[in-house]
Amino acid sequence: MLISVQQQDFEVNKIIDQLTQGRSDIGAIVTFTGLVRDLSKEKDLVAMDLEHYPGMTEKSLKSLAESALKKWQIKDLAIIHRVGRLHPTENIVMVVTISAHRKQAFDACEYLMDYLKTQAPFWKKEITRDGEHWVAAKQSDLKATSRWEK
Amino acid sequence: MKINLLYFASLKETLNCDQEILELDKDIDTIQDLKTFLVQRGGVWKSSFLANNALLASVNHQMANEQTSIHDQDEVAFFPPVTGG
Repeated sequence: MLISVQQQDFEVNKIIDQLTQGRSDIGAIVTFTGLVRDLSKEKDLVAMDLEHYPGMTEKSLKSLAESALKKWQIKDLAIIHRVGRLHPTENIVMVVTISAHRKQAFDACEYLMDYLKTQAPFWKKEITRDGEHWVAAKQSDLKATSRWEK
Repeated sequence: MKINLLYFASLKETLNCDQEILELDKDIDTIQDLKTFLVQRGGVWKSSFLANNALLASVNHQMANEQTSIHDQDEVAFFPPVTGG
């Protein structure tokens, strides 16, 4: 299991190599990478500040990872989340799941992202040309999480 | 009883406070009691902690609810809904 909360960027291929090195039981690798996007018409997003709760955030990701390893037949996983000041097109987050078959890896990856978005203590603040504002939590994210509880 | 109290994100900015060490009376046993205590400070404290159902709390890095008890030397935190990912 690879969990990291870090300022520096990550390389998807390096993380995959770390997870799969020396293994021949992996038939599927699923990765999700989240980026800083600017969907505004005027392209006025300057940066995104990612705040977290040092100590609790890492624990929360670890316990989420443990629950995914129990729930899905995956062999291993990685969760890397960046913090600090990020700019449009930069990486924010990456989740990698590896398994023998694709279905478990796909589902586990989605499960991890859904829970990460609603449970892990991270907060986004958008810095635009007009000022700063905290990003509001989305009802649709909570809904996405609740489907795994059925 | 003494606790370490932390605030994050928009709440931290509204309160203009990220951390404080609080000496609490014996009658403060739960998160609900602590919120009631903070409301009594008035101003932005009152508006932030009174009837704010969206506010989240944790005790020693575990998510907490209104009934979660607080003990001496605990690390307690209040923060808005999370928006990572």
